[in-house]
Amino acid sequence: MPTLKQAEPNRYSRILGYGSARGDLDVTNHDIAGPIDSSDEWIVQRTGIKTRHRASENLSITDLAVAAAKDALANSGIIGEDLDAVIVATVTHPHATPSLAALVADGVGSKAPAYDISAACAGFCYAVAQADALVKAGTAQNVLVIGVEKLSDFIDNTERTISFLLGDGAGAAVVGPSETPGIGPTVWGSDGANWEAVGMSHSILEIRNRDFVTHPVEEGEKIWPTLRQDGQKVFRWAVWEMAKVAQQALDAAGITAEDLGAFVPHQANMRIIDQMVKTLKLPDTVLVGRNIECAGNTSAASVPLAVDALLDEHPELSGKLALQIGFGAGLVFAAQVVVLP
Amino acid sequence: MADQNEILAGLAEIVNEETGVEVEDVQLEKSFTEDLDIDSISMMTIVVNAEEKFGVTIPDEEVKNLKTVGDAVNFIANA
Ligand SMILES: CC(C)(COP(=O)(O)OP(=O)(O)OC[C@H]1O[C@@H](n2cnc3c(N)ncnc32)[C@H](O)[C@@H]1OP(=O)(O)O)[C@@H](O)C(=O)NCCC(=O)NCCS
Repeated sequence: MPTLKQAEPNRYSRILGYGSARGDLDVTNHDIAGPIDSSDEWIVQRTGIKTRHRASENLSITDLAVAAAKDALANSGIIGEDLDAVIVATVTHPHATPSLAALVADGVGSKAPAYDISAACAGFCYAVAQADALVKAGTAQNVLVIGVEKLSDFIDNTERTISFLLGDGAGAAVVGPSETPGIGPTVWGSDGANWEAVGMSHSILEIRNRDFVTHPVEEGEKIWPTLRQDGQKVFRWAVWEMAKVAQQALDAAGITAEDLGAFVPHQANMRIIDQMVKTLKLPDTVLVGRNIECAGNTSAASVPLAVDALLDEHPELSGKLALQIGFGAGLVFAAQVVVLP
Repeated sequence: MADQNEILAGLAEIVNEETGVEVEDVQLEKSFTEDLDIDSISMMTIVVNAEEKFGVTIPDEEVKNLKTVGDAVNFIANA
């Protein structure tokens, strides 16, 4: 019997470049406060959000994803044909099938394997974990990962628990082989016991099964699924459990907080970010991703958008270490230390 | 379990750390929101830190009932 050939592994992987695309509208707190009986002051104090980028009717989730992908490819010096896999993390692609990834691959001129993953606000860090594994196993050389959301398509603007936090955007990165370690071990996991803490209001089957004669659509009612959450539960989980996960990712990478150039947590709430910075005892020298102030919470796009914004503002971060962590609906989470491109 | 004074002192430290309110101002009859001007987000952070410090569990539903510093001290003492 002949000896089977297996893919040659790559010793290390790294992120070659990040890219991003933002919604074309700046939506202020004043613009959205009315229907939820809120105010600019309340929202700024409780969340740190002043405006959020949202995408207009003319800018689709595919447009956002492809734009971020092209930006990341350009920053990485890679063309679409060089890609061996395309992974899109999203919860707002309006088709369960076919995937958004297939459209994005086509949009950047790639015929590579392409698939979507659903890990909400942890989606980008999940995708990086997969890309890292594919590259190191030798299954792929260059993997494009994208976190993208058009959350504004799935919000009820009269809903008070989450709608005011959310924005639209896309962030992307290319992961490829490396001579030196570029992506630390991912610390990730789930807590499905809290499946209901944050997510869509109902399923599409519930819409199908509704008897619209006995239950007619009420004035102002959104019949399609929209997002909502138990804010307190999610807040407590985030400040408490996620600081531990962040610390575990540092430990797994064999570094300490002092070694970091940047800390880029999911942009869920500025107050969560502040608390994590305190708990992790990050020194002042560590730059912290805080673009939630103008971007809002963009779920899967939030971490790469925040990394890309930091890199734009502080090019000196290139070559330094960043701890990125995503967490959200599932509940799910993922954290890893990466060398910034 | 620690006595009331120890719990009060520990809680006052947590409140001070989170909000900057002076330790002496954290007294049993003070209301978190009215007197100490603590918002719901700071309250959650205080609760999480108190759980850690005193080794107790303070469920989400219970937090609403903790109107005064005394309510919190009693809850922790009896938890
Ligand atoms: C959403 C969040 C900002 C809400 O803040 P909160 O402090 O928990 O709000 P609460 O529901 O306890 O309400 C506190 C008060 O504010 C009011 N309130 C609640 N939502 C409000 C809003 N959107 N605007 C104005 N007032 C609001 C409540 O009526 C309540 O008033 P009362 O004290 O007079 O009764 C906060 O829970 C949060 O950020 N959680 C983390 C969620 C997160 O990041 N999720 C993303 C996961 S990926």
